[in-house]
Amino acid sequence: MLVIKGLTKYFAKNTPHEVLAINNFNLRVKKGDFITIIGSNGAGKSTLLNLIAGALQPDQGEIRLDGKIITYQPEYQRARWIGRVFQNPLLGTAPYMSIEENLALSLKRERRGLRLGLNKYLREYFRSKLSELELGLEKDLAKKVGLLSGGQRQAMTMMMATMFKPKILLLDEHTAALDPESSKKILKITEELVEERKGDLITLMVTHNMKQALELGNRTVMMDRGCNIFDIQGEERKKIDINYLLKQFSKLRKQEYIEDRMVLG
Amino acid sequence: MTISLLLHALEQGLIFGIMVLGVFITYKILDFPDLTVDGSFPLGAAVATKIIFSGGNPLWGTFLAIIAGSLAGIITGLLHTKLKLTNLLSGILTMTLLYSVNLRIMGRPNIPLLGKETLLEEIKIHFPNISMNYLIPFFFLFLVIILKFTLDLFFSTEIGLAIIATGDNEQMIRSLGANTDMTKIIGLCLSNALVALSGAFFSQYSGFADVNMGLGTVVAGLASVIIGISIIRIPTIFWRTIAVVIGSLVYRLIMIIALRYGYRLGFKPGDLKLISVLLVIIALSIPIIKHRIDFITSFNLGRKDLQNNQKKEV
Repeated sequence: MLVIKGLTKYFAKNTPHEVLAINNFNLRVKKGDFITIIGSNGAGKSTLLNLIAGALQPDQGEIRLDGKIITYQPEYQRARWIGRVFQNPLLGTAPYMSIEENLALSLKRERRGLRLGLNKYLREYFRSKLSELELGLEKDLAKKVGLLSGGQRQAMTMMMATMFKPKILLLDEHTAALDPESSKKILKITEELVEERKGDLITLMVTHNMKQALELGNRTVMMDRGCNIFDIQGEERKKIDINYLLKQFSKLRKQEYIEDRMVLG
Repeated sequence: MTISLLLHALEQGLIFGIMVLGVFITYKILDFPDLTVDGSFPLGAAVATKIIFSGGNPLWGTFLAIIAGSLAGIITGLLHTKLKLTNLLSGILTMTLLYSVNLRIMGRPNIPLLGKETLLEEIKIHFPNISMNYLIPFFFLFLVIILKFTLDLFFSTEIGLAIIATGDNEQMIRSLGANTDMTKIIGLCLSNALVALSGAFFSQYSGFADVNMGLGTVVAGLASVIIGISIIRIPTIFWRTIAVVIGSLVYRLIMIIALRYGYRLGFKPGDLKLISVLLVIIALSIPIIKHRIDFITSFNLGRKDLQNNQKKEV
């Protein structure tokens, strides 16, 4: 269970350029939930994921994972429960290191010591895992990751983010920078990997694609100006379509504008 | 004459090769241009020389030099990671503070080791039949090979891989659970320990320690790394550690030749630093110049003959 309570994050706080990125954000996520997060640019979606991952620290509020407060825990300590895939395929892998080294790094996430990072059992394991991706990566484990295509690298990052059995999987528009074909492939891999862990993985996926947002997962959250403005799941969610979502979005935004105008006179 | 010249290049290339392995760790693996080296090289020399000069055990002196070097690396690492100073500034600050520290340790700017028993002479006792001329290169070759394989092994461990990843994609390795402050500090510590060891051996080899002997160590290290990597282009740690030592040998050979025969071209000993910087600039600009030439020739600019040939083919 992931519980986010009253989370608030400012950028450039106490300066004339102050931005309220996350505004009193609340969310309760059950184990097995696959949430798609939508919202316009600057709504705070990526900031939210960064706060959960620990790459950023909030100004207020709290994040609990299975009852344990992790709000201010450093990113590298949370990494043992959290798998991440970034929008930019270049961010998730180390280009000058080999495929097997990248995979080994992602598997061992705490107390790295003087044991050898790779051995033949690990290599065998990586080979079998990579062959499931059907990209032919298992043929040359010593190949440098920088020589792979964006799609291949993103597929690898997907694997690296799930192979170690995390509690939370954070996907930040992870198909946005890929061509349609690779993007379809990565989505398929995403579904398969999430399906494998059905019932005990929390997945948060940011997307700009409304169709994706409704097709994938079991719950959709809409964000605007750092708030959770719309949250739909279950049977209710199955009934709605993209048009409803878009209408809902503009309606909720308009309401806020009206409220703003009333406040500002 | 030439054999003694080659032997000198071999000896010095191997001794400085230890330092080059250290520079390789920071510059190539951590992607951290570490200027601490200019201070930690004489630091190693100062510590070892001081202990040997006051009648201490040279092995102990050499060991303490390694410890002192690691501490210097840790200081640079802490300045960079905890106080968020840039890598260059952290190095400059430590380098400068080490100048005073080195003077303090030595008590004066220069200590000769004439008539004192150094580690090399202690080793000589165990091999009475081998002449010093051959013992020194063999000993350092042996040492450099051991260090090379130890480093190879270290960089294939879990923590070693995390250090490589820190230089390659810091954001990624942090999201994979590595404390990058720690990996950087470990890398700097290891690097400067090697540099100080190199300094300790160089002072025992040349028979003195001087507070200014570190000047230009960074550039010499960089030149060696760059030369080595452009000679052997296989980008694995195993080959890179060989490449940088070979780079160090080539660099010393060039320096010794320049020192011995450079006067015929009007060079003075003081010009050596200029030559080493020119070497770095040339080695670094080769890929760019090559790229430019490829680019220009791909358009056949100014080459009437080629342009005509192409027209005929069309």
